[in-house]
Amino acid sequence: MAEEVKLFGIRGSPFSHRIEIALKLKGVSYEYIEEDLQNKSPLLLKYNPVHKKIPVLLHNGKPIAESIVILEYIEETWKTNPILPADPYERAIARFWAKFLDDKCMLAAWNACWAKEKEREKAMEEASEGLKTLEGELKDKKFFGGDKVGMVDIVATFIAFWLTAVQEVVGADLLTPEKFPILFKWSEDLVGCPIIKENLPPRDLLTANFRARLESSK
Amino acid sequence: MESKEVKLLGFWVSPFSRRVEWALKVKGVGYEYIEEDIFNKSNLLLELNPVHKKVPVLVHDGKVIAESFILLEYVDETWKHHPLLPQDPHQRALARFWAKFCEEKVFETAWNALCSKGEEKQKALEQCKEAMEKMEEEVFKGKQILGSDGRSNLGYLDIAVGWISHWLPVFEEVGSMQILDPLQFPATAAWIDRFLNHPLIKDNLPPREKMLVYFHQRSQELSSTAQGWIKV
Repeated sequence: MAEEVKLFGIRGSPFSHRIEIALKLKGVSYEYIEEDLQNKSPLLLKYNPVHKKIPVLLHNGKPIAESIVILEYIEETWKTNPILPADPYERAIARFWAKFLDDKCMLAAWNACWAKEKEREKAMEEASEGLKTLEGELKDKKFFGGDKVGMVDIVATFIAFWLTAVQEVVGADLLTPEKFPILFKWSEDLVGCPIIKENLPPRDLLTANFRARLESSK
Repeated sequence: MESKEVKLLGFWVSPFSRRVEWALKVKGVGYEYIEEDIFNKSNLLLELNPVHKKVPVLVHDGKVIAESFILLEYVDETWKHHPLLPQDPHQRALARFWAKFCEEKVFETAWNALCSKGEEKQKALEQCKEAMEKMEEEVFKGKQILGSDGRSNLGYLDIAVGWISHWLPVFEEVGSMQILDPLQFPATAAWIDRFLNHPLIKDNLPPREKMLVYFHQRSQELSSTAQGWIKV
């Protein structure tokens, strides 16, 4: 019986991107279904009735939602090219950083870029603290996963690609080689990886999106 | 299992450190419990969890791990008997999904309702009840919970949402609000009863009277300040 894997996503979303990378890393064939958030499909509403969000993975008819939950599912289902270490302690550390990225870092970085004048300084400070912490964790490793891209790197692609695009549009200088040399180098290495590079949304799609947002916020 | 190998930093009234204790008890793992005063954090805590400066923190054989759900997974992977998570990847995904849902949509809103007033409180209450309706249907009538299919062992989901049994009623009383109407949530009510009477849970709950005093004080403090919430 052929395995049926479908992914409901949005082209510019870092969250559905994570899932695509994980599937591609493991050589899993899947059907990609582009969703329109302004006009959600009946299938999306059926498979994620609780949150009505992307990404949703459908495997042999069973839906899974929430990007990190999906990543763990993919890891447990397809064993090629593991994205988590084998050792329980190392796994716990990887999960810790994935959560830190999702709960604190990404939001702080996003907020700092879009903050109104008077909140900007504080938001930038908070975001910088997050990046500094990440830089400390990376130390002398090529990737958060070590020599190879792992779950933390996949989750952190937002920082490596999306953040740099937003920064450019809004004129924030959060992640620079001067401020965070290790993290900056990591972001270049990550985006340079064939499997990541080939599967990123076009940068001008993102910048166009962000420009539109910037205009409408004026 | 030598108790010195495992240390857990916790706070007596924190549902987050308590859930790790429940997991260790299920596994029969001996541990040294270190009580932290989260309002006067020890150097040890700040050294062990510099990123978040929070409990729970587990130290196992010198290895330091933080974040309660991550700790549940660590405990489950390290001590393999009496598994907490099911074997099947899809069931595991569901357990993780609902644990996250409960934390974000039930706990957060219940806490907000407790610490706010007027319209804000009403809104949080409504959101909490809406989330509890989903929990009732999908979790407490589901197959992974204590009592379902004759299950008598505590699992990941029981432990993850266990705070509902003992902390939520305290929030309700302190906040003069009702969320857990047993007529509206019969499966939840039945699970609460089983959970609270489970041998590993019964003697492992913070004393209700002390909790009432504590949360009364906390809600007063928090409703009078605009920011800076420690969620316990």
